Amino acid sequence: MAVQIEDNLGEIWTLNFGPQHPATHTTFRLVLQLDGERVVGCVPHIGFLHSGFEKQAEDLDYNQYVVITDRMNYVSPMANNFAWHHAVEQLFGIEITPRCKTIRVIMAELSRISDHLLSVGAAALDVGAFTAFLYGFNEREMIYDLFEIACGHRFTNSYSRVGGLSQDLPDGWTAKAREFCRHLPRVLDDVEKLLTCNRIFIDRTRRIGVINHDDAIAWSLTGPIARASGVRRDLRKDEPYFSYTDFDFKVPIATGGDCYARYLIRLEEMRQSLRIIEQALADLPGGPVNVHPETKLPLPEKSDVYGSIEGLIHHFELIMTNRGFTPPIGEVYAANEVPNGELGFYIVSDGSARAYRARCRPPSFINYQTFPKLIVGHQISDVVAVLGSLNVIAAELDR
Amino acid sequence: MDTELRAILEEEFSRTGWRIGMLLEHPGSPRQWCVELHETDKLLTLMQLLRDHDRFRFNQLIDVTAIDYLYFPEAEHRFVVVYSLLSHRDNRRLWIKAMLGSKRLKVSSVCSIWPGAEWPEREVYDMFGIQFVGHPDHRRILTPEGFVHYPLRKDYPVTGLGERESFPVIGRQDA
Repeated sequence: MAVQIEDNLGEIWTLNFGPQHPATHTTFRLVLQLDGERVVGCVPHIGFLHSGFEKQAEDLDYNQYVVITDRMNYVSPMANNFAWHHAVEQLFGIEITPRCKTIRVIMAELSRISDHLLSVGAAALDVGAFTAFLYGFNEREMIYDLFEIACGHRFTNSYSRVGGLSQDLPDGWTAKAREFCRHLPRVLDDVEKLLTCNRIFIDRTRRIGVINHDDAIAWSLTGPIARASGVRRDLRKDEPYFSYTDFDFKVPIATGGDCYARYLIRLEEMRQSLRIIEQALADLPGGPVNVHPETKLPLPEKSDVYGSIEGLIHHFELIMTNRGFTPPIGEVYAANEVPNGELGFYIVSDGSARAYRARCRPPSFINYQTFPKLIVGHQISDVVAVLGSLNVIAAELDR
Repeated sequence: MDTELRAILEEEFSRTGWRIGMLLEHPGSPRQWCVELHETDKLLTLMQLLRDHDRFRFNQLIDVTAIDYLYFPEAEHRFVVVYSLLSHRDNRRLWIKAMLGSKRLKVSSVCSIWPGAEWPEREVYDMFGIQFVGHPDHRRILTPEGFVHYPLRKDYPVTGLGERESFPVIGRQDA
């Protein structure tokens, strides 16, 4: 007699890829509907890290808010700082000094290398390659050392101020940075040898999570994810800011649109960032790093505050609570090319020291909304591969 | 290039209701033109025109956000929904502001034109309470379940209205 077995293989069941999970890099929740191992439906739930950054912008002045921008995409905090102050400086209508521009380029590119090392490392870790992750993190420790020498913080740097930086680079920083630049290519080669032609890595990432060119534009994607689908756009080349026009670098574009293409783009972008840093270090302009004190925007040096009456008055005017900055009334938008895409700040000013409304256009938020479209039809083990390739940082997602 | 865009906009929109202003005058940054739309029921036609017409070709929507002009000096409309568009072909940006009053907070969703507007519009609904007619998934996104207020409105205090103290805590027995 044949044995009839009743099983539930025909049903669709729901899996909670909860906010606490080692493969969701930070806290966001996915409710997956599975038919066996295949994903047939996906609903992301976000908002676990929502801290009201945009509301706080209305209570903090233009120098205090930079501390909050650190905490958005916290793996590349200096890039966010510069994006914020780029918008603020456009609001005030001032031009920063050449030395400040080049230092900001160097720091932004170091942040880009740091973010991509983490992104590639975490993507590899999620599909099982632990060594590449550790190689990347070793280099990130060297970048943290550079940041610490420059501004005192390894992480959450708050390096920029209105009209300049919090402090100039100390002596010996450029020598240490050059040593880092000599060291990094070997590590990138090691990561490439581990992953690029690795049969397992290719099987896990090739043709997974494919976005085509028109969808990438329709879904508002920017950054390495869009460039991996063939969208030719990089703000450093198309709307140049700081001193990016002085440097010779290429922007990698791929056509695959899958997780493997995104990995390759990030790896190549790190090499191009290294080229920019080497050119910038060779050609670092001298001079002051803050704009002229006559603009009344940078905080004066302590020797001036205690030594001259103008220094004291300027310090007083900026720090005391019923004084502060006096920007023009109006609205401005300025965008930077951060490692994840286009980070723009839309600032509405009513003339007071605090922004009336500061909107942050977060690349992680906009990139993550495509996730349900990418994952439906794939297997459950592809969820982590796609999440790793999208590089979603929950603090920027939720703000 | 920017005066050309302004001339094209003025020529196409010489009808009333579509005022053209400038975002901010600054010699160093490219001028960003902003179209103020007062007849908000024309929003979808305007967006379709801007995406598809050969003179414009603003093929990417960068952001959807809103501003509450409650305490802003000399503001005529309280809520304004702001759309940021980008043309890849011409490498220029355009801003559209849909001026809503403080009563009728409904505007058409542009998800049918740019699917990437889905989550930004949900966030605007969550933060300001502006409804998007025709949105495929109209619900809150960032605030927790059961949240009833609209946090980014100017009459909502930055310290909140006691939600932290009254947040329901579910113990192990009740879960």
